[in-house]
Amino acid sequence: MIPPEFDYAAPDTLDGALQALADGGEEAKPLAGGHSLLPLMKLRLAAPTLLVDLRRVPGLRGAERENGSWRIGALTRHADLQSRAELGVIGETTALIADQQVRNRGTIGGSLAHGDPASDLPTVLLAAEGTVTVRGPGGIRELAAADLFRDYLTTAIAPGEIVTEVRMPALEGWGHAYEKFSRRAEDWAMVGVCALVRRAPDGSCADVRVGLTNMGATPLRASAVERSLRGGPLDREAIARAAEQAAEGTDPPGDLNATPDYKRHLARVLTRRALQRAAEA
Amino acid sequence: MGAPGAEAAEREMPGGNGYVGRALKRKEDPRLITGRATYVDDMVLPGMLHAAIVRSPEAHARIASIDVSAAAERPGIEAVFTGADLDGVAAPCPMVWAPPGVEVHVPDHWPLAKGKVGYVGQAVAVVLGDDKYAVVDAAEQVLVDYEPLPVVVDPEAALRDDAPVIHDQFGTNKVFEWSLAGGDLDAAFAEADVVMERRVVNHRTAGAAIEPRGALAEWREGRLTLRSSTQIPHIARVILSIQLGLSEERIRVIAPEVGGGFGSKLQVYGEEVLVAWCARRTGRPVKWTATRSDDMATTHHGRDQIDYVRIGATREGRLTGIHARVIQDCGAYHLIEGPVIPTFTSCVISGVYDFAAVRTDVIGVFTNKFTTDAIRGAGRPEATHLIEVCIDQLADELGIDRLELRRRNFIRDFPNERPHGFVYDSGDYDGTLDRCLELLDLDGFRREQEELRNDPVHPVYRGVGFSTYVEICGLGPSRALGPDGWGMQGGYFESAQVRVLPTGSVMVYTGTSPHGQGLETSFAQIVADRLGLAPDAVEVIHGDTDSGPFGKDTYGSRSLSVGGEAIARAAQKVQEKAKRIVAHKLEAAPEDIEVSDGAFRVKGSPEQAMSLAEVATEAYIPADLPDGMEAGLDELSFYDPDNFVWPFGAHACVTEVDPETGRVEIVRWIAVDDCGPAINPKLIDGQVHGGAVHAIGQALYERIAYDDDGQLVTGTFVDYGLPTAAEVPSFETARTETPSPTNSLGVKGVGEAATIAATPAIVNSVIDALRPLGVTYLDMPLTPERVWDAIQEARR
Repeated sequence: MIPPEFDYAAPDTLDGALQALADGGEEAKPLAGGHSLLPLMKLRLAAPTLLVDLRRVPGLRGAERENGSWRIGALTRHADLQSRAELGVIGETTALIADQQVRNRGTIGGSLAHGDPASDLPTVLLAAEGTVTVRGPGGIRELAAADLFRDYLTTAIAPGEIVTEVRMPALEGWGHAYEKFSRRAEDWAMVGVCALVRRAPDGSCADVRVGLTNMGATPLRASAVERSLRGGPLDREAIARAAEQAAEGTDPPGDLNATPDYKRHLARVLTRRALQRAAEA
Repeated sequence: MGAPGAEAAEREMPGGNGYVGRALKRKEDPRLITGRATYVDDMVLPGMLHAAIVRSPEAHARIASIDVSAAAERPGIEAVFTGADLDGVAAPCPMVWAPPGVEVHVPDHWPLAKGKVGYVGQAVAVVLGDDKYAVVDAAEQVLVDYEPLPVVVDPEAALRDDAPVIHDQFGTNKVFEWSLAGGDLDAAFAEADVVMERRVVNHRTAGAAIEPRGALAEWREGRLTLRSSTQIPHIARVILSIQLGLSEERIRVIAPEVGGGFGSKLQVYGEEVLVAWCARRTGRPVKWTATRSDDMATTHHGRDQIDYVRIGATREGRLTGIHARVIQDCGAYHLIEGPVIPTFTSCVISGVYDFAAVRTDVIGVFTNKFTTDAIRGAGRPEATHLIEVCIDQLADELGIDRLELRRRNFIRDFPNERPHGFVYDSGDYDGTLDRCLELLDLDGFRREQEELRNDPVHPVYRGVGFSTYVEICGLGPSRALGPDGWGMQGGYFESAQVRVLPTGSVMVYTGTSPHGQGLETSFAQIVADRLGLAPDAVEVIHGDTDSGPFGKDTYGSRSLSVGGEAIARAAQKVQEKAKRIVAHKLEAAPEDIEVSDGAFRVKGSPEQAMSLAEVATEAYIPADLPDGMEAGLDELSFYDPDNFVWPFGAHACVTEVDPETGRVEIVRWIAVDDCGPAINPKLIDGQVHGGAVHAIGQALYERIAYDDDGQLVTGTFVDYGLPTAAEVPSFETARTETPSPTNSLGVKGVGEAATIAATPAIVNSVIDALRPLGVTYLDMPLTPERVWDAIQEARR
């Protein structure tokens, strides 16, 4: 509960923050809401030598509509997004993250950069095919969700880079649902499923995306489910049939409260429920 | 503790009697709620050193060597000590249970390990320094060379012949074996048409107080002051005296504000002795505060029993005999009283039922885990769980309604001596069950259950489960508990001193050590009624061995029924002396004086009266007292009860189970508890809510788990699932009031009652919900996967 010694800087510009990270070297870390990084430090599971606190950096907060997307500043807190209907699945999912105290501090950029497969937002970004914008010494990069999550707590964001913005397709005309199964309301998902569905004018499935939380070292797409539904009917039977394939190809880690088999079972049940709810939306 | 700023709504309460029974707000809450309370970790003394403990990462190992040099050389480090340095500690942690005629293995348990470690988290070295960060960093530099030994974590495996022996000197992992029995068990089972047998696992849990442990020791002019987050300052002083070889009057123990205990601070931990020893050795104050991780690993755990239960009954549903073989996982070492805990299981193993024969065989076992000891309920939750779950199991085997089977066997005559020698003081088990059913509307529930289950689109599985419980508390009669009884090496009286001050307000010194129960309020109500003043004018002082008489602290739901009775008796003595003074001044007979409407009045002439302040003036300016009367108005009482008290009640829990995932939701909770006449109903409700949540935690979420290597896998609040407000229902509470004949207040304890009552109601409810799917039995915790597995198993 007492972290190892570290230096701290709170620059008031993005360039200043990038410079501080560059000066701090490999073991410097940017600090956003701190609700993932600081607990790891207190348990001495992480030991950055320098924290570059982004709280004074201007222009990294808020959600704005731009063409077909939402541009969300990386430091936007979950509490500022939760339950906002116009934000679609982001509004739904941010309301389910941990508890209100965490949502009051945790940020969208921090959650995505942390890359925890048990977190909800990485799955949503993956399913929605969003991107993150990162700034680093080499300039600006745009990383697609599919390229972002590399391994457990490992992303394509390089040391010295800072996430500045998240772009989420607005997905107008899509139905959405995030089904989170956790022991207690405040827990990480044992398994979570994000379903996004667009119906064709005839009611069939024009497009569908399904993301899985905590079913592997990174968030996953349930591509077999998507293939099974895309272009076909979207009725209960079709959804139930497709959902049976939700765990295909997954190798979820077991823990004290859920074996891999049970997680695969949950993925199937939750996928069916999420698809059903998204299809009814 | 004082209550500065207790600006409660009751501030302007008039003096008088009639405060007992009223739901007054808690006097102690303003300081707690506004953050003005002072806990150990808030305290800073000049020159204070901070301590960090080096703990074993191994569950069982020999310590080959310890190299402290790198740690000791770091900046800001004052000293590093290991077990080899503890020459000044005179004795290991005493274990205070020595039952006559029973051999109990007690390994030396030192504040720092000497030679070997037996569990993950065992303290191996202590680092002292000026800064709490520096000592934690330095602790990482203490190099300990461990030679791992074979590990055993399963208590049944530990009893097998091929198990690694944890303490060589005993040649076995068995700690003790003893039985508590009465009645002819063979005849009882011979008479039975049906014998139901189950193996019931009651898993390990934590007390999980929100304030972790902490201790601050100060050595000054040959005298030790220890401020500790403890439930037992008085007992701690005795034990520190033994362990430090220090004369008792040279030790002062203070329990400042204590942020929850739940039994986990009914203890004298190695760290308390260690900081005291360090303060004496260095001549500087030493503070240690547990981290949450320290607390999860090394604040004693509770439960952890495997119970083999047999119950005999006739076809008509008459219970004949009960036999339980209780295997208690004691962990690797004992703290002050762990091995006695399953004895409390044996006391109420036959529950509210009229068995002719009862037998409990208790076997304690060493494992490479941390110590188990008293956690809220301490042995009785295990008893209620097994009897109340098994009564449902038996009812189903007999084809008799579960409540009907209960009613056919309720004990109805009180006081009632049970076959194993305990005397249930009073009870009305039909009364609490009737009231519970009234609130529940069982017929309505059964209709709803059927309809929901048969919904063609979304079948919903709901169930109801009951627990009709009795518990034993109010520790306790010293004759029963003491050296010649159960073998506890102590007395279990309680003390109180009621001191009227010269201006007529009152200080009450209690030997109990409240830490969240609301006793400053209920004690004040008791005194107010007897002395004709407002509870607000009564200050309750506790938790300091330098003020008030020697006491026996707070645990075992004893504070009101033993400590409150002592206060009532001391207040009564003050009242009697005051009456004599009033009679003398008003020229009446003492027996004609009564306390009414805030004054001492002459019966029949209420205008002839003296306030307590006026009486106090006479007592402290003793110019005109009755002949032979001493000055002052200050009385002491020591009360040792003749019997335990036996609270009881009926809980009903409605759950809903998602058969696809196994998730359990609690839909309704009805708690009807009888703890005798209420002193303050609001405090009772609070205890029932908290107690039930504690049990909900065990039944659904909480579990201390070790892996096969003895590593603790639930070392944080992320893994150890304490329920939050989001997980618990809105409780429907009601009371019946059956006075106990044991004390003059008629009260029984309630701090543990709901925890003791509640787990079987949940488990029975889930089984009731899933019975149509073929599920017939479940052990706790009812995690979604466990429930889902049971459904799959039943379908096969």
